[in-house]
Amino acid sequence: MLTFRNVSKTYADGTRALAGISVEVARGEILALVGGSGCGKTTLLRLAAGLDTASGGTIRLDGEVLDRPHPGVGLVFQEPRLLPWLTIAQNVGFGLADLSAPERVRRVAHALERVGLAEHADRWPRDLSGGQQQRTAIARAFVAQPKVLLLDEPFSALDAVTRQDLHGHLLGLWAETRPTIVLVTHDVGEAAVLADRAVVLRPKPGRIHDIFAIATPRPVDPDANASTTRQLRAALGASLRASG
Amino acid sequence: MAAGLTDTAEADGREAPASGLPLRGDRVGRAVLGLLLPLGLAIGWEIAVRGGLAQGRLVPPPSRVLATLSDLAASGELWLHVQATLVRVASGFVLGAGLGIALGAVTGTLPLARHLLDPAFQALRAVPSLAWVPLFILWLGILETPKVVLIGVGVFFPVYVGVSGAIASVDRKLVEVGRIFRLSKPALARRILLPAVLPATIVALRTGLGLGFLFVVAAELMGASEGLGYLLVDGQQFGKPEQILAAILTFALLGKAADTILVVLTRPLLRWQDVARDIL
Repeated sequence: MLTFRNVSKTYADGTRALAGISVEVARGEILALVGGSGCGKTTLLRLAAGLDTASGGTIRLDGEVLDRPHPGVGLVFQEPRLLPWLTIAQNVGFGLADLSAPERVRRVAHALERVGLAEHADRWPRDLSGGQQQRTAIARAFVAQPKVLLLDEPFSALDAVTRQDLHGHLLGLWAETRPTIVLVTHDVGEAAVLADRAVVLRPKPGRIHDIFAIATPRPVDPDANASTTRQLRAALGASLRASG
Repeated sequence: MAAGLTDTAEADGREAPASGLPLRGDRVGRAVLGLLLPLGLAIGWEIAVRGGLAQGRLVPPPSRVLATLSDLAASGELWLHVQATLVRVASGFVLGAGLGIALGAVTGTLPLARHLLDPAFQALRAVPSLAWVPLFILWLGILETPKVVLIGVGVFFPVYVGVSGAIASVDRKLVEVGRIFRLSKPALARRILLPAVLPATIVALRTGLGLGFLFVVAAELMGASEGLGYLLVDGQQFGKPEQILAAILTFALLGKAADTILVVLTRPLLRWQDVARDIL
């Protein structure tokens, strides 16, 4: 269980990015963080990843406080952030240095197969499209088999078709080990397709506006999903209006 | 459908000659192109001297320079001078580049070291390196040590500046990838910082090597009994311009060869780079 308890973040210049965020994410749940820009979505994710420290409150994973990068927590950034001097396979296996070589090779091969990049294993990141690079980044995070996977708008720079394709890859990978996923997105449609619940944030400072259960079974039926998307969109609109 | 396929094939066919320009990918062609100007000038001067249009006393024609070079080579004298110069450049390069990389890495990664050392190094860098010559002679005598130290000083600064600057400008986003995977400091240095700064470091080493050759001349001019710099001084004192030109030509060949060796040795390390060089 991933627990945010009264989490706040104030930057050194006095900017209040987050205030009083409390939410529990069940094991294996996919939680979407939805909100306009500047409502602290990415900040919250960076706190959970241990890249930044909270000014108040705690984030715990199964009772353990998360205040630095944790082996059970993986993160996919907004941009792929592949290491340009490593091949695609080496990038995917980057976090597996502790494993034996055969085990690492096996896991990397499986992950690449899973995201449809097996034939690109030995190519450089520069040779791949944006969508393929982001798939590599997702595989790199999944292959370490974290309990919690944090995704920071990983699809925002991609076109609609590629994005849908990646949703499929993400759910496919998720189904294998069922990690808890926290997905930051500003796209309510994406939240409705991928998540079990959506937390709508409002800005200045970032705080929870509303929490929605998304009761659509997977694989998602776009029509059944439409009403959830509408509801979420309305809530997001209200949150944006509330913030002026 | 069939028509579409044919169109595509034709389009490809039309593109093919365009990408086959002699300037693209044709290494021999490029090498020939690079030789055109120097060869043209040399041949032109040779013709001018032989045709009696010029005396060629102070600027000897290529044939005389080459003859001098081959005489020096045949007597074994040339190899003695080349060897002396190369040993000095290599020693100075290893000294300067080694210290430059080490101190550049220290000041690039440790803020305390940067605040402590960098201002002093930047001030020293502003001193024209040849200004050290009298001091080095006073301190270290006139034998090999001051020469190697002078070359080392020349190599040190570009390498130091290049390495510390490269480390300071490593993409924070890539460092965060290392943090997410909980790399220890040494692992972060080895797996992220080192490969990230490698391209800039190699450029700095090439600059340093070039300066090494610049400074070996200065070092040998300040007093030497062998070395290509000695050949220059000797040629000046005894009025042998062909010997001076032979030494200059040898310098050019050695400098270019050393740079090429450095590039070839380091090329496998940079295969991953996505550079514009090949398409410009």
